[in-house]
Amino acid sequence: MARIDLVDLAHSYGGNSADESTYALKPISMTWRQGGAYALLGPSGCGKTTLLNLISGIITPSRGKILFDGQDVTPLSTQKRNIAQVFQFPVIYDTMTVGQNLAFPLKNRGVPKRDIDARVKEIAQLLDLTPDLNRKATRLTADAKQKISLGRGLVRSDVAAVLFDEPLTVIDPELKWQLRSKLKALHRELDLTMIYVTHDQTEALTFADTVVVMHDGRVVQSGTPAELFEKPAHTFVGYFIGSPGMNIMPAEVKGREARINGHVISLKRSYDVLPSGAKIEIGVRPEFVDIANPAPDLLAAQIERIDDLGRMRFARVRVGDVKFAARVRESFSSADGKCGLIFDAAHVHVYADSRLVEGAP
Amino acid sequence: MEKTVNQKAWFLVLPVFLVVAFSAIIPMMTVVNYSLQDTFGNNQFFWNGVGWFKELLDPSTDLGGRFLASLGRNLIFSAIILAIEVPLGIVIALSMPRTGWQVAACLVILALPLLIPWNVVGTIWQIFGRPDIGLLGYTLNSLGIEYNYVSNAFDAWATVIVMDVWHWTSLVALLCYAGLKSIPDAYYQAAQIDGASRWAVFTAIQLPKMNRVLLIAVLLRFMDSFMIYTEPFVVTGGGPGNSTTFISIELVKIALGQFDLGKAAAMSLVYNLIILIVCWVFYTVMTNAGAARPVKEGAK
Repeated sequence: MARIDLVDLAHSYGGNSADESTYALKPISMTWRQGGAYALLGPSGCGKTTLLNLISGIITPSRGKILFDGQDVTPLSTQKRNIAQVFQFPVIYDTMTVGQNLAFPLKNRGVPKRDIDARVKEIAQLLDLTPDLNRKATRLTADAKQKISLGRGLVRSDVAAVLFDEPLTVIDPELKWQLRSKLKALHRELDLTMIYVTHDQTEALTFADTVVVMHDGRVVQSGTPAELFEKPAHTFVGYFIGSPGMNIMPAEVKGREARINGHVISLKRSYDVLPSGAKIEIGVRPEFVDIANPAPDLLAAQIERIDDLGRMRFARVRVGDVKFAARVRESFSSADGKCGLIFDAAHVHVYADSRLVEGAP
Repeated sequence: MEKTVNQKAWFLVLPVFLVVAFSAIIPMMTVVNYSLQDTFGNNQFFWNGVGWFKELLDPSTDLGGRFLASLGRNLIFSAIILAIEVPLGIVIALSMPRTGWQVAACLVILALPLLIPWNVVGTIWQIFGRPDIGLLGYTLNSLGIEYNYVSNAFDAWATVIVMDVWHWTSLVALLCYAGLKSIPDAYYQAAQIDGASRWAVFTAIQLPKMNRVLLIAVLLRFMDSFMIYTEPFVVTGGGPGNSTTFISIELVKIALGQFDLGKAAAMSLVYNLIILIVCWVFYTVMTNAGAARPVKEGAK
């Protein structure tokens, strides 16, 4: 049970002398509160696993400190940090039964046998592993094995946080849902800090209260799923989260107006001061752009195809050279593929060099 | 799919069939043929039925006595070899570096004894152990330890065993090292998180994961040590007395020294059978120990 503080934490596999731009994890400072469910989301190689391994103590940071409840644990070994970690591929001890697997961490710590048995029973109950306790762990399915890995972390009563490193990679799709809701239920029940690394946005958004999006070794945004959806702080967050991702297109922005191909889109906020020389773009999610029949006051576009996602239809259109996605209302139909785009001004954001610019109201 | 019948396809199997026939089946059948007959030279053969086999398994006869005594020696030799080389190989593999240039250096050094031909190994140790000019023999004797592999049976055995350990432990070590390298890092990390001691890591992760390569190592070392011929022949010539006369040495004496083709053929067939059976037993025991027995669904 712990609050986790990262203070100016950075890591380079090339050692301390390496150039900062090559760091696997660029300096970050953040606080993770006790009992929170966090997801570290980002594409492969963005530094999320590095961050996880720094917290669990498998690697030692080149720079900065990690505090658990205000106490500096940076020099401590993994054993002393009271961390539980579930890996991408299930780690189980082949020769042992499920029960022995669960008891292993306690046995190593010299806990009396009676206490071990009681605790193993309790955790097996929690993870629905009771019927399998006496079976060889190698015989079980991948999802049961992952539950054992998790169980080995949970049996210890002193666990500060549970870390998950893409734990559902090898699980069948229909079981993924089950296991994920199991994790969610465990989180509510046990009041543990959980940190979940994934590159799957659905997993991250359904599991976590707070999603930390990483890109190129940096944390680009940390917020609730709704915040990430409605107000991406970085164009990367915009197109990485959401399906289809956010539309990003270069524009000239002045005051409350954005100009694309000579067409004017009105904005909800006023952008009077923009960093000079920066690349200015506007971003708007496809959900907030509607397709209508061409009209003089609408941005003209050409429909390339329409994807039917079941609950919604999205049109892939082209505005000049820029590809765009927009929502298609049921009533809409077009014979020649020509259309106009209606923007929801409240959801059009302005980005300077990929970073969100806060306009004045 | 419609299957077409084309008997000409048998011709495609013919080359393999011929190779196997000339390299295995025909020689083997010749040996079976010899084992049922007796010869006095001049290509004259007399039918003897299963006589040689009966004699072979009866310790009171000359042939049976020699065979069973050398079989006993062979079994003791293989047991000692396995008991030393397997644990030693594991220890060496565990203490080898995992990364860096040291890996290559270690691998090359370990591989060196494996590259030396059998009779050269024998010659090296034969000279190395000589009390008059050999480094080992001379040093031991000048330290006051009496050592002479030519006259003392214990010394002869010690020499042959140490020589085999020197020659073949590398093989076990290299196989184990390959097995160790294939264990994903996550296992060690998980063990670290679970607070496992060094010994617990060995018994819970490393040994079970090395199971497969250890099976191969044990099989190879058993077969090789059970068929050993060249090295002890070069070093001790089977002596002193018959103390290091293994089955293969006895076999060569009977077949080529005495030209008793019938006796030798019967002996080599039994010898072959023993090797097959022991390998099968090893294989069955070790694969069953490695794979968990299936649990009956009702037995939960």
